[in-house]
Amino acid sequence: MIELSAIRKAFNQGRENEFWALDGIDLHIEAQKVTALRGPSGSGKTTLLTLVGCLARPTEGRVRLAGEDISGLPERFLTEIRRRRFGFVFQQFNLIKGLSALDNIILPAYPTGQPRKQLLERAEELLARLKLGHRRAAKVEWLSGGEQQRVAICRALINDPELLIADEPTANLDSHLAREFMAILEALAGDGRSILLSSHDPLVTGSEVVDRLVEMRDGRIVDDR
Amino acid sequence: MLFQPAIIALLLASALCVLALAASAPFAVEVIRRWDIRSGSERQLQLERRTYLFSTLLSFVLLLQLAAVLLFVFNAEKMSGMFVGAMCAVGTLNVNAFGFPALNAKIAVFFLAAMWLAINHVDSCARDYPLVRIKYALLLVLAPLLAGSAWVELQYFLDLKADVITSCCGSLFSEGSPTLAAEASSLKPLPAIWLFYATLGTTIALAAWHGWRGGRGNVSAYALATASALAFAATIAGILSFVSLYVYEHPNHHCPFCILKPEYGYQGYLLYLPLFVATAAGLAVGAVQPFAGRESLRGIVPAFSRHLAAVAANAFALTAAIATAMIWQSRLILLEN
Amino acid sequence: MKLWLARQRYLIDFTLASLARRKTRNLGLLFVYTVLVFMLASVTLYSHALRQEAARVLANSPEVIVQRMVAGRHDLIPPGYIEKIGRIRGVQTREARLWGYYYDAVTKANYTFMVPAQGAPAGGEIIVGPALERSRGLAKNNGISFRSYSGKLHTFVVADVLPQASELVSADLVLMSDESFRAFFDYPAGHYTDIALSVANPLEVRNVALKLAAALPDARPILREEVLRTYASIFDWREGIVLALLSAAILAFGILAWDKASGLSAEEKREIGILKAIGWETGDVISMKFWEGLLVSLTAFLLGFVAAYAHVFHFAASLFGPVLKGWAVLYPRFQLTPQIDGLQVATLFFFTVVPYAAAVLVPIWKAAITDPDSVMRG
Repeated sequence: MIELSAIRKAFNQGRENEFWALDGIDLHIEAQKVTALRGPSGSGKTTLLTLVGCLARPTEGRVRLAGEDISGLPERFLTEIRRRRFGFVFQQFNLIKGLSALDNIILPAYPTGQPRKQLLERAEELLARLKLGHRRAAKVEWLSGGEQQRVAICRALINDPELLIADEPTANLDSHLAREFMAILEALAGDGRSILLSSHDPLVTGSEVVDRLVEMRDGRIVDDR
Repeated sequence: MLFQPAIIALLLASALCVLALAASAPFAVEVIRRWDIRSGSERQLQLERRTYLFSTLLSFVLLLQLAAVLLFVFNAEKMSGMFVGAMCAVGTLNVNAFGFPALNAKIAVFFLAAMWLAINHVDSCARDYPLVRIKYALLLVLAPLLAGSAWVELQYFLDLKADVITSCCGSLFSEGSPTLAAEASSLKPLPAIWLFYATLGTTIALAAWHGWRGGRGNVSAYALATASALAFAATIAGILSFVSLYVYEHPNHHCPFCILKPEYGYQGYLLYLPLFVATAAGLAVGAVQPFAGRESLRGIVPAFSRHLAAVAANAFALTAAIATAMIWQSRLILLEN
Repeated sequence: MKLWLARQRYLIDFTLASLARRKTRNLGLLFVYTVLVFMLASVTLYSHALRQEAARVLANSPEVIVQRMVAGRHDLIPPGYIEKIGRIRGVQTREARLWGYYYDAVTKANYTFMVPAQGAPAGGEIIVGPALERSRGLAKNNGISFRSYSGKLHTFVVADVLPQASELVSADLVLMSDESFRAFFDYPAGHYTDIALSVANPLEVRNVALKLAAALPDARPILREEVLRTYASIFDWREGIVLALLSAAILAFGILAWDKASGLSAEEKREIGILKAIGWETGDVISMKFWEGLLVSLTAFLLGFVAAYAHVFHFAASLFGPVLKGWAVLYPRFQLTPQIDGLQVATLFFFTVVPYAAAVLVPIWKAAITDPDSVMRG
């Protein structure tokens, strides 16, 4: 589904504090599989996620999505691809305070201009599936950590993406909630959705749900199982 | 005579437009020199992001120009009371040699900005931004034109001297001042009517043809653009020589501006708004056509061109319909049959 | 197009919600913005109303007034003068007028005593304007005494009161008969104050004036259109000066708007980052911010304009009146007729919304180009 070849990514290019977060990555992320990136902080996991998810462009190298080279695309088109094909669950959940759970969930669909009725229907479906229906009107800051994450998952799924990308999804959860998250993940994987996540939580990386484990260090892939 | 509120507002708007384009000039040069869509460098990313700023700025300039054209005419109308012999906006614009050039320059800048935005639109629909250098080179051409238009406007306002009583005693100070041409020169009604309907009809037909061909084809595109410009001229001529007469119900009052007045129910806006939209759309068809052959624009230009042709056809039809309705409503009999 | 509209509706929805969430932050700007619109709108509304009022006053005055000059000062019209004018083509009527001012020590006000061309009251009777009716508590058939400049007391009976509608023109008017007028002011017989000519065709006025000047070298013709033009120009000029002075305020406001728009709170920056990460395009964020600016502008414009309207037409422009009215331009006491003019509103829009838009444009763009991956790195 996504092929990365000879990817390098620099920050502060051309300045004193220039540093290469990724340094020669070749990776093929397969469809309908759960892939996990593991590595210490600073190993380049998150940067790799941003490149795969079209949040950023590589400094060098090629990214191919379903055969098409997207590494040189302007941000305008990367955003379009991102909106349509990827859903994100962030470590800090990143919900917008002051809005209800439902409003947060339909936010990624605003730029598509779909009819509101259709959006709300789909949001309700997702809420019901993640057992959050009773919290739909609650402001997100009143929700518990686990509920917030489930809202974030609903939001990631509203545009029906092919690939769900999760960055350290269990870092802010206790073991009980982390297990709950893995259960949700398993259900989504069961639907045939591709999932890419980064984590250094053994509960995640050691889980049976994960089909493939990619080990990273210093911006390079050191192990791929 | 700069201390008139509307004049200050107009000069402010012009200054802002010139400033906006002046600020974008160095960036335009940088784009032309450094743009490299294939590069993943941070500099390229910054350049790309800055294009958003300049598209927004240009849209702002376009809107401001349109509003300024209206305010300019509005103001000329109001100031006509201050000049001996000026009955309406035409008189005010004739007070010195810069009046009509200033108005024409404003209208020209409006159409040029619209054409630039059309090119900008097709360019940003294509994944490789194929026209980015051309676009910014054109921006560099547009900047001095805008500055020129602002300069003419300033000259016009600087040169305006109201004929007012200068001491506390009234006197006939304005004895020697020549009477201003209060009426614009115009064609005879009958040929003007022919010209108006024939040109508009041809333009609408060309737009329909261009649309029917799916927005493809150099001939139809350039013909439509040319016809649109002619239709604009023909409509203005038509308004001068017969539409205004019917609206004012007066056989000798040829004025393109008085129809904007509240006395005539602001009918002019109904006429001018579709005319400007139609002309801008028609000209834009011509503006994007040279790039239809580019690899990444193959699908984009015809689709947009078709859309523009539809807008032009409808808006020109609307213009003709409104003019006809005005004639229909009028009690003036201009042509004996 | 439909899609575009739907998208804009979503963006407006979001903007409204986000404005509501940051009430206090936006209220400050809204307040300053409203005050600015209020000041500028007060100035323009007031001067426009003054212009209109002047036009109304002059609408009923004759096209040409002829005064006689002696040593550069204006003097009475001697007997036989009017005949010297003779027949001038285009002049419909010639009329010698009698009028003057009278200072009433009781009310400390100036009245205009006048002999009307038609319908003059009988000797010893007067017709008074509504202002006099109020200030002196007069009614029909009351008697009133004025001490003339020569010291004699004259008593008149009020025959009628002029209608309220034309207040500005007639408020301080006292109409009386020819004889009463001459007796009261000790006016020499056969002399008049000035001569009024009415000319039907506005294009003829100038020619008439030229012929007058030729026939009577010591006469000074005053044309209505010139007086009107002068008034309009004076008011415009005053308005322009005040606006130019207020441009410092506009500039300060622009800087404030720039500062507010670029000083996004950490919370707001994070929000934009989130929106971009979950699939909003830079253009979407710019549009969203544009709607925000438009909503703030329209609200401020409406509030400021309504406040200014109330200020000018219900509270007699107590804040700016003295600057704009100037001295002796018009009668000191009058009620303005509410009047809104398209050009004024358009100009006002240029003075407030355009600077605001220009000031926030760059900050909006800066906010909109937030890195979409910032939320993952932070």
